[in-house]
Amino acid sequence: MIKQITNSLYDQFIADFELRSILSNASESLALHALRKEAFKQFKQLGFPNTKVEDWKYINLSPFLKDDFLTAAEDETIVINKDIIDSAKIKKLGAYHIVMVNGRYQAGLSDTIPGDEVFVSPLAAAMDRPAFEAHFGKNVALDKNHFAALNTALFRDGLFIEIKARIIVEKPIHVIHIISSANTLFLQPRNLFVIGAGADGIIVESFITVNHPEKNAKVFVNDVSEIIVNERARLQHFCIQTGAEHTSYVHHTEVVQRQSSAYNNYKASFPGTALLRNNLNVSLNGENVESHLYGLYLVAGRQIVDNHTTVDHLKPNCHSNELYKGVMKDEGVAIFNGKILVRKDAQKTNAFQKNNNLMLSKKAVVDSKPQLEIFADDVKCSHGSTIGQFDEDALFYLKARGIGEEKAKALLIHAFAFDVTGKIPITALQTYINHLIEEGLN
Amino acid sequence: MLSIKNLRASVEGKEILKGVNLEVKAGGIHAIMGPNGSGKSTLASVLAGNPNFEVTSGEVWLDGKNLLEMAAEDRAREGVFLAFQYPVEIPGVSNINFLRTAMNEIRTYRNLPAMEAKEFLKMVKEKQKLVEFDAALTNRSLNEGFSGGEKKRNEIFQLAMLDPKLAILDETDSGLDIDALRIVSNGVNKLRSDKNAFIIITHYQRLLDYIVPDFVHVLYNGQIAKTGGKELALELEEKGYDWLKEAAKEQELA
Repeated sequence: MIKQITNSLYDQFIADFELRSILSNASESLALHALRKEAFKQFKQLGFPNTKVEDWKYINLSPFLKDDFLTAAEDETIVINKDIIDSAKIKKLGAYHIVMVNGRYQAGLSDTIPGDEVFVSPLAAAMDRPAFEAHFGKNVALDKNHFAALNTALFRDGLFIEIKARIIVEKPIHVIHIISSANTLFLQPRNLFVIGAGADGIIVESFITVNHPEKNAKVFVNDVSEIIVNERARLQHFCIQTGAEHTSYVHHTEVVQRQSSAYNNYKASFPGTALLRNNLNVSLNGENVESHLYGLYLVAGRQIVDNHTTVDHLKPNCHSNELYKGVMKDEGVAIFNGKILVRKDAQKTNAFQKNNNLMLSKKAVVDSKPQLEIFADDVKCSHGSTIGQFDEDALFYLKARGIGEEKAKALLIHAFAFDVTGKIPITALQTYINHLIEEGLN
Repeated sequence: MLSIKNLRASVEGKEILKGVNLEVKAGGIHAIMGPNGSGKSTLASVLAGNPNFEVTSGEVWLDGKNLLEMAAEDRAREGVFLAFQYPVEIPGVSNINFLRTAMNEIRTYRNLPAMEAKEFLKMVKEKQKLVEFDAALTNRSLNEGFSGGEKKRNEIFQLAMLDPKLAILDETDSGLDIDALRIVSNGVNKLRSDKNAFIIITHYQRLLDYIVPDFVHVLYNGQIAKTGGKELALELEEKGYDWLKEAAKEQELA
């Protein structure tokens, strides 16, 4: 029965695509058209994943896909105003703000970045740019990623950011992704960030839900972001995920790094959103590449937070380090699946991975699965995974100094998270995330 | 101030304290000595409210309040301080934040306003000087990277900051070299007053050369087998504990 429900959404997308082909979009290139067709073919074959698919075996998606979604809705009236944006800003970050509502760029609510060194626009308006043509859709494996294939076939718009070569952007670019809808929506935003050779930037993405004045309908977001970090470039990329229970996300982030580049991904997920699936794939495609992946998830209620990461070492002399820490409340469910792939050519690789979980509740569940696949012979790799409870000795030490149970636990949770939060190099962001941890605990 | 009556306690079903009686008055310094496994550290843990120990019978009163009915944090707020034998390292909790939290929790309990940051830092400076503890505390995690001696000195510094009624020093001298021992002892001597009291648990007489006790108690097999003045410590140093064991056996037989 459930299968049939999922099938109806599947059928709906098949029909959407056929309709779209008839009304073919003149502004899109032949290459993009061919890509969409190929992606559609893959999705048609793959369908939505069930728990028999290895990468999805811990999540039953049926309850999340059974609603009557509008998949090709016309734009709703936007109810977001300046006050809402102000409250979504991060204090003392001093950033440029880019506002996306239900996956669409909002020029009227976004800052304009002066000069032409940083280019920000809706994706649909960037399709004639060389960076788009050079990189778009080149890196996502459509035959393995059900949702990314669907997104590629049917995305309408999203965000394009390009930082030109050798440009150092001191101010962070803060992208505020807002979901607010009275209609049951299935959204498929598509983003492309290109960091030019030798450039240096900070992109902060925060995901929030804003109450719709009429009612809050369910929204499922299937987004794909491609990120290209060119030779000698550096990108610090933060994703701060909050939201309400009527929202679900499948994020796919595909990062490609060229020679001597550095990419840091900081992911912080907080209670609210019913389902958060984060696929993060990083290809270290050049020598002397450095990648750091830090994750923090605080899971509460009956929330599901699933982090699937792949770190793919393709070339020699690269360094990757991954640390994900989880704090589990209530009946929360978390999945960590971290894969490190060291290809035959990738000699002298250093690759480390760690996942630690702190259980605050007997009913919370964590599935932690580190995977190492090594084909080179001169490498240093390690991985580890722990699931534990409060350190009773530490708790007693704090209490013996007059600190009450709740406060002592809060201190220990902050301390547990500090391995990740302490790595955040921007004080304003560190403060903001610590505040969200505090909120998430209450 | 403190009154322990026929206290019995066990850990994992094994009885360790088998009827301890002890009276401590304000201004007093009591040393508790005894062979390994006699229950000295258990007594300290039980008084501080460590949940790993189960009190099976007896009473403990602190200035008319029933200590055994209180959670560990409330005992601390009432003025009980345990200087740990093995202070815990807590990475990610800063020394300063920890102390300030502790201080304010205790003040709230006593209906006092929270301390201003400036006032607090001034006090930290003063007390660090008083107990000759010059380790950098800001931006450092609690006890992390501290040597054994520094950890013990941090305990005495915390003692100075929190100014308890009753301080229990659980083998604070173990692992200290002679200089550290002198510094720790000086700290304690500066902090003692006619309003507070100390229970000093130690294996060795040498600490008592620096901190002169009013009473020395020998804990043996879960009971206080002998009580005397400071000269008892010297006697123990000379003769060891075997003569006590003999005496205890004879008592049992009699």
